[in-house]
Amino acid sequence: MSDWDGRRWHDMGGQDAGPVPMDGHDFALWEKRVDALMVLCGQKGLFTVDGLRRALEDMGEDAFEKYSYYERWIAAVNQNLIEAGAYSLEELAARMDEVARRGPTYGEAQRDG
Amino acid sequence: MPHDHHDHFHHEGMSPSGHPYRADDDAPLSYWQRMEIAVRELLVEKGNLTPAEIAAQIEAMDARSPANGAAVVARAWSDAAFKARLLEDASEASREMGFDIGPLHLIAVENTQDTHNLIVCTLCSCYPRNLLGLPPDWYKTRAYRSRAVREPRSVLREFGLDLPDHVTLRVHDSTADMRYIVLPARPAGTDGMTEAELAALVTRDSMIGTGLPRQP
Amino acid sequence: MAERVRVKPLSPPGHVRAPWYLRGKEGVIERPLGAFANPEQLAYGLPAEKKPLYRVRFTMAEVWGDRAETPDDTLDAELYGHWLERLGAHAP
Repeated sequence: MSDWDGRRWHDMGGQDAGPVPMDGHDFALWEKRVDALMVLCGQKGLFTVDGLRRALEDMGEDAFEKYSYYERWIAAVNQNLIEAGAYSLEELAARMDEVARRGPTYGEAQRDG
Repeated sequence: MPHDHHDHFHHEGMSPSGHPYRADDDAPLSYWQRMEIAVRELLVEKGNLTPAEIAAQIEAMDARSPANGAAVVARAWSDAAFKARLLEDASEASREMGFDIGPLHLIAVENTQDTHNLIVCTLCSCYPRNLLGLPPDWYKTRAYRSRAVREPRSVLREFGLDLPDHVTLRVHDSTADMRYIVLPARPAGTDGMTEAELAALVTRDSMIGTGLPRQP
Repeated sequence: MAERVRVKPLSPPGHVRAPWYLRGKEGVIERPLGAFANPEQLAYGLPAEKKPLYRVRFTMAEVWGDRAETPDDTLDAELYGHWLERLGAHAP
């Protein structure tokens, strides 16, 4: 037997937590591109920011702790695009595999890189 | 606070704060980077997006920075009629100054001698990004999102701001379609300063509520 | 006189924008914000109805009780009409 009060992990207001970490970073180009993909997909009606948030929430707390902000965002962008039928999982899988074979770093893995 | 790079051409590789982007090539290609490349290429091939649109969107986001908000605040400090319009409709007032804020619904909340305002998003990381640019990392952390609504004065002390007891603190949780910007109180000793001089006093944190403007 | 409302103490499993810490709490409508597409439908790629959205103000004392840092400080949040119940003049 188990039960749950229904509070979802992302709904954080009022919980106990430690000091606010003040360190920051500038964004990498690939992170900027993820941000741009989200905004443009929204403008073109492929999905909404609410769909992005829903996918982020459904990824769970483990993903929040384990992956960076834009790592989670590209996963959520992809989830929504798959659901919208923008491309198939088969196409995505083949392309990710092809990208891996282009080179060992982000720069070298660009099609024109 | 980032430098104002309005007048500079932004080439790829430099962030709005004028620092180089965190290197993309200092680590092996990750799963998520592969996904980004694949998603971007598929969207282009399917005719959903063009590379030019993606580049233009990155450029537009890079052009947004706290300097934009600082200019709005400085105008409000200098022009009572503008301040009234800002408090009535901050989106329109920002557009009036020429800032491209897209569909942003912006509300300005005013700090006074007896009121201080603080902005948070407990559910995700909503932020007036179309005016101020992308949020600082701390804004998106569990610690800030959790504590800013229950022990905001304690959080403010971590930012070096000790709020007097006679000041009422108003916390704004950005839970839906509105975004918020704090209109800080104009510092004393700034009579006669130009808008540009005033804008240089306005920090990003003073527009989120976790700080005050610089003193002249 | 500001209208008093209570946030419905519901706990559905999906994407909603009413924070947990405000559910069941009473506040006053600070201002109506207009009608916006329902995020509870948008999140699932569905056609969305427009729902009225309100900015509601709570006291820290109401939200956190004895644990409040400063009872008279306030907390504003945006809440959709379908998450609010109006408290009549005779409500306790």
